[in-house]
Amino acid sequence: MNKYSRKPGLCVPVAAAVILLTGCATQSPPLYQWTGYQPAVYDYLNRGKAPQEQIDALENALEEIQSKGHTPPPGFHAQLGMLYASTGNAERAMREFGAEKELFPESAPYMDFLTKKSQ
Amino acid sequence: MSKLLSFRLGIALSALALLAACAQPVKHTDYTAFRNSRPRSILLLPPTNATTDVNATNSMLSQMTMPVAEAGYYVVPVAVMDETFRQNGLTMAADIQATSPAKLREIFGADAALYSDITQYGTVYRVLDSATVVAASAKLVDLRTGDVLWRGHASASSNEGNNSSGGGLIGMLVAAAIKQVVNSLTDRSHDIAGVTSYRLLHGGPPDGLLYGPRSPRYETD
Repeated sequence: MNKYSRKPGLCVPVAAAVILLTGCATQSPPLYQWTGYQPAVYDYLNRGKAPQEQIDALENALEEIQSKGHTPPPGFHAQLGMLYASTGNAERAMREFGAEKELFPESAPYMDFLTKKSQ
Repeated sequence: MSKLLSFRLGIALSALALLAACAQPVKHTDYTAFRNSRPRSILLLPPTNATTDVNATNSMLSQMTMPVAEAGYYVVPVAVMDETFRQNGLTMAADIQATSPAKLREIFGADAALYSDITQYGTVYRVLDSATVVAASAKLVDLRTGDVLWRGHASASSNEGNNSSGGGLIGMLVAAAIKQVVNSLTDRSHDIAGVTSYRLLHGGPPDGLLYGPRSPRYETD
């Protein structure tokens, strides 16, 4: 088995513990639900998984995040969009770039750059 | 006699100076430039890697978003950024970090960029025990002016939890991770890197990033 092919949920306990500890220190809830995002970034950087497998992992995580009424972290929708673009699904890619922009207007210049490239 | 006295006095004074130096309060971070800049979005550039472990850069980079985003900043999507650099022929962290601030701002639209360097990553084997240690340093640079806004460094070790404190942060994190996924043992460096990343880039005084606009604590620090 590839050293880098970690299960999607692998970093979640660590992430959860860090957030828990942060929460203790600052008395405020986390701004985002981190389910699956950073492991997905790790998977992408290590290039050990097929795009569709990465899409499925992110879509599952998104479903979990949204079912709890939480917000995915910055970059989540953009990465999903990039993965859709790499599988030739330009329409879904645009939708995800749009979702990133809507959640985080700060992302507008880069999302516009990506949108232009993917069209 | 007076010679001996002055000699003793000399020793006493140097001992005092030495102790005073030790006792000096921890130097507080100067937040003046950071406060004036007030960045909203941060680009996390891939860290350069001074270690022999080729996995260090990806491991750290993939875990740097959480502390910075939770501190209240928009973080430019890390994997997408990596792909953009790749498509422009840039794959090495050192080359990427050499890109001009103006160009980075033009493409990514970020207000500031974080330049970081991994100085230690992996397991050190000693006679009596071994420890997995990850250490890194970083600076935050305003992409509009080129000013350095903040500097920091941090490290974490798998041995921290073995102290008399009975557990500690690392112990808790590693125990939590192992409980869930036994496989975690094979990639302990990656888990430790997550702690280092959090310690390096968390928001709040005395040495963390200032809280950003998306934090309820924005402008309270």
